[in-house]
Amino acid sequence: MKQRLKELWHQLGSPRWFYQISGRWPVWLLALGLILIAAGWVWGLAYAPPDYQQGNSFRIMYVHVPASMLAQSCYILLGVAGAVLLIWRMKLADMVVAVAAPIGVGFVALSLVTGVLWGKPTWLQASDRWWVWDARTTSMLVLLFLYFGIIALRQAIARPESAGRACAVLAVVGLINIPIIKYSVDWWLTLHQPASFTLTEKPAMPAEMWLPLLVSALGFYVFFAGAMTVALRTEILRREQRTQWVRDLAGVLTR
Amino acid sequence: MTGALDQFGGQLRRDLLVAFRSPGELMNPLMFYLMAVALFPLGLGPAPDTLREVAPGILWSLALLSTLLSLDGLFRRDFEDGTLELFVLKVEPLFLGVVAKVVAHWLVTGLPLTLLAPVVGLMLFVPGDAIGVLIASLLLGTPVLSLIGAIGAGLTVGLRRGGLLLTLIILPLYVPVLILGAGAITAVMDGVEAHGQLLWLAAMLAAALTLAPFGAALALRVGMEQ
Repeated sequence: MKQRLKELWHQLGSPRWFYQISGRWPVWLLALGLILIAAGWVWGLAYAPPDYQQGNSFRIMYVHVPASMLAQSCYILLGVAGAVLLIWRMKLADMVVAVAAPIGVGFVALSLVTGVLWGKPTWLQASDRWWVWDARTTSMLVLLFLYFGIIALRQAIARPESAGRACAVLAVVGLINIPIIKYSVDWWLTLHQPASFTLTEKPAMPAEMWLPLLVSALGFYVFFAGAMTVALRTEILRREQRTQWVRDLAGVLTR
Repeated sequence: MTGALDQFGGQLRRDLLVAFRSPGELMNPLMFYLMAVALFPLGLGPAPDTLREVAPGILWSLALLSTLLSLDGLFRRDFEDGTLELFVLKVEPLFLGVVAKVVAHWLVTGLPLTLLAPVVGLMLFVPGDAIGVLIASLLLGTPVLSLIGAIGAGLTVGLRRGGLLLTLIILPLYVPVLILGAGAITAVMDGVEAHGQLLWLAAMLAAALTLAPFGAALALRVGMEQ
């Protein structure tokens, strides 16, 4: 078993190997992800009971919470892939860092927008304001800036190998800093928020409420895996376009 | 070990000497700080109460920016004349050499900024009893800025226009220092002790001093490849 894992790890070093085994993954992952998301949303939007305080507005949670989870998980993936690239110089890890950042930005943006839409009618302090400098909103905004930095750095460096390694360093540094940023932002709010600030009390959710959430979160993760695979396969072809196996592949397709 | 320390001292002396040979460049971050602070009364109006309230944030935000502007030059001049290549090849351990460069950089930017801050603070009507904390917070916080920023300076050293990019990639990492630094001053102005914030800043300095040099050394090697 251990031997097999070690072998698999070495095989991951070859983008070609990954390209060849992952041919049918996108279809399955995207389909399964969309089915789970659809199931979670229909269940959550149509069948889950309304919240006793927030009424129906809580239902945006079925988009907001999975998006926020993905936004953070995607950055962790960036940091881990960055570390793998720096330690083992695995080409595939470089490609993961390259394609995951824009996808992560999408999830952060979705999380921020849905959060703002949810907060406006719900939070006492927000009362008809579109933006509140709440701890989680602010942390998410800083996360967005971290993503922007990684994307900007990659675009500024011409050589792909150096760009990959530079982004990997930045991703790892960012990952180490995220807990510190999060803590300091929480702390900043205890200093600056007026005492009246309270979230509307979050009731302990009954199962009819959190089960759809679980399903849609799972769907988001599976969908993310599918989107990552599609982007990775494209990136592999783009980066390896000069190799014989890609040329052979293209030859077969055009012939 | 003595060899490494000698190397550290030599690097520090050399960088300081180079810095003092071009006193004009030495003054630039300070002049930027002064001018940028002067923009705020012009924009917000001269009312002392308004300015006093926003002063901690202004003083600290601008410290972040002027550090970042000066950090672009941390490795660039050496990179352009080829010294940096020798530095990366020869200095062992590299992180210690990086610390020497960062210390030299801080001595000519962060430290003068800290010394200038009380004067500028008075211009923004920061009360006298908060000036001590202003100095203490900058004294603890600006080295953290230089250390973290060195990572970005290393990554962008090979880029012709690294300045703005350096700001983009490093600014989010400065958020905790800004919060704690400005928070310390605000706390004293509100009549609360600022020990907590200052101790946190000291803890961050310790953490940055132990971790950031390794990151900066790695970043420098990566940045040199470009």
